[in-house]
Amino acid sequence: MGAPAVKIAVCIKRTPDSESRFKIAASGVAIDETGLKFDMDDFAGYAVEAALQLNEKAGGGETVVVAVGPDSVQESLRKAMSMGAERAVHLKADAVPADGLAVAKALAAELRDGGYDLILFGKHAFDTSAGVVGTATAELLGLPCVTAASQLAIVNGKGEARRELEGAAELVEFTLPAVVTIDEGVARPRYPSLKGIMAAKKKPLETKPAQLGASRVSVQKAELPPERPAGRIIGEGSAAVPELVRLLQTEAKVL
Amino acid sequence: MANVVVFAETRGGTLRKVALEAVTAARALADASGGGEVHAIVAGTPGTASAATQQLGAHGADVVIAVEHAALAQFARESIAATVAERAKQGGYRAVVLGFSTQGRDLGPRLAAKLDAPIAADVTEIAVSGDSLTVKHPGYANKVTLTLTLTGSPVVLSVRPGAFTAKESGKTPRTESAQPALDPSAERVVVKDVVEGAKGRPDLGEAQVIVAGGRGLKAAENFKLVEELADAFGNAAVGATRAVTDDGWRPHSDQIGQTGRQVSPQLYLAVGISGAIQHLAGMRTSKTIVAINKDKDAPIFKVADYGIVGDVLEVVPALTAAVAAAKKGS
Repeated sequence: MGAPAVKIAVCIKRTPDSESRFKIAASGVAIDETGLKFDMDDFAGYAVEAALQLNEKAGGGETVVVAVGPDSVQESLRKAMSMGAERAVHLKADAVPADGLAVAKALAAELRDGGYDLILFGKHAFDTSAGVVGTATAELLGLPCVTAASQLAIVNGKGEARRELEGAAELVEFTLPAVVTIDEGVARPRYPSLKGIMAAKKKPLETKPAQLGASRVSVQKAELPPERPAGRIIGEGSAAVPELVRLLQTEAKVL
Repeated sequence: MANVVVFAETRGGTLRKVALEAVTAARALADASGGGEVHAIVAGTPGTASAATQQLGAHGADVVIAVEHAALAQFARESIAATVAERAKQGGYRAVVLGFSTQGRDLGPRLAAKLDAPIAADVTEIAVSGDSLTVKHPGYANKVTLTLTLTGSPVVLSVRPGAFTAKESGKTPRTESAQPALDPSAERVVVKDVVEGAKGRPDLGEAQVIVAGGRGLKAAENFKLVEELADAFGNAAVGATRAVTDDGWRPHSDQIGQTGRQVSPQLYLAVGISGAIQHLAGMRTSKTIVAINKDKDAPIFKVADYGIVGDVLEVVPALTAAVAAAKKGS
């Protein structure tokens, strides 16, 4: 007794390794990409995994991965296919604009007539850390949208999700088709198997120009935040507690 | 001169702190745009707005717009987005301002799409000069600060909780009421249940003091030491590292770090936390950081204003007692 098969699109972004030490490029408006490792964004990875698990549970359906950007995004699309996605669509653009709505317009144009039951995104991408594109795409498509889902299931033809709120959690039910943006907690992305990597090379990857909207957000400046002053160890063991309390009272004035 | 409209969020019928911060930011923006008005929209069950009006006025709202309906007891995202967008379309607004909270993260992009307006999310500073509007937004999980220029009007701005200190400017607002633009009892996303978290503690985003625990506590049951230290401070929140939430010692919602909550309290106490980059990304903007860890080379000590090298099982109870004594004395 499996759930009915669903057709799922997952929109993914390619971002630099979040553990990197960043430098600012000579232009002053972007990071210096020299030597950085790029990969599918962490939250996009959770979204791909969530889609694959929904299809596996149903014993059918299809997962299509979609990305906007230069040719380098194809590497992330192939990775998603090596995890198990059936096919990929590359919406080609020289760069991903800083304007999330402009990106959403390109994705909405691609997804509108795709017949998808579910469209997944990461809750935000590491680089912009804004979380605009998924929800704006839903709105442009006129679809219901659940943001930052930490659990996701399809039960009796309806979606069910959990969202973490500030100090609470919300359990929601929604009609399909729908857009869901995925938080950590849904599922840890699988590592592609060797067989998966081989199979991905033969899976279809379609390339077409991205129909981006006009970008009305531009980066004027990128800078590293001020470093914290070097840390200070005030002592060892519980013997240092009175000194800590004194400093919290007189120097930091937080007690 | 241009007006600014704010969505002042509530939960359980009570105005949230970020709502007052959003109104404060909107007031400054309206003043900088030649002295426009701030119009604050409050959505909730009947009675919600009247309870919030005085506070919103005190923080700079010229007009409070009550959108009240029994079905707004829950977060009716589609109805609220439609209602705020309808108001914003009435014209003359320079910006729509809201908090970058779980509600605001959800509503902001909906509003941008409905209004075909540029959006900047998680904003920490707003500057206006003539027709140009510039904001600061920490990208790359707080590792790179981006200055963004938005062209067009209106724009949608969501403000980072804690970045704009709520400030009173003492207005007595006019009040209006409006009907929801979409029936809130006909949402396509229906809230079935809200599960409340830890009892009686402030949210991580609102707390002035956060005590966070990591794997150095050695066992789930030792997390009570973190709870007790938080209790000694009074109104402190409790957080955890990703390792701890992954192990199920604490719920996922307690996680502070790059993939969890990003916090900047007045005082952050890191207990048994080594200071992985993933964790530092979530708390390094805290005003004062205290670290207690047995490994003197742990990276957390590089960012800690005050570090104690030692066994947390020994140091934390002593600190709890000392803080409780200090609080009693004050």
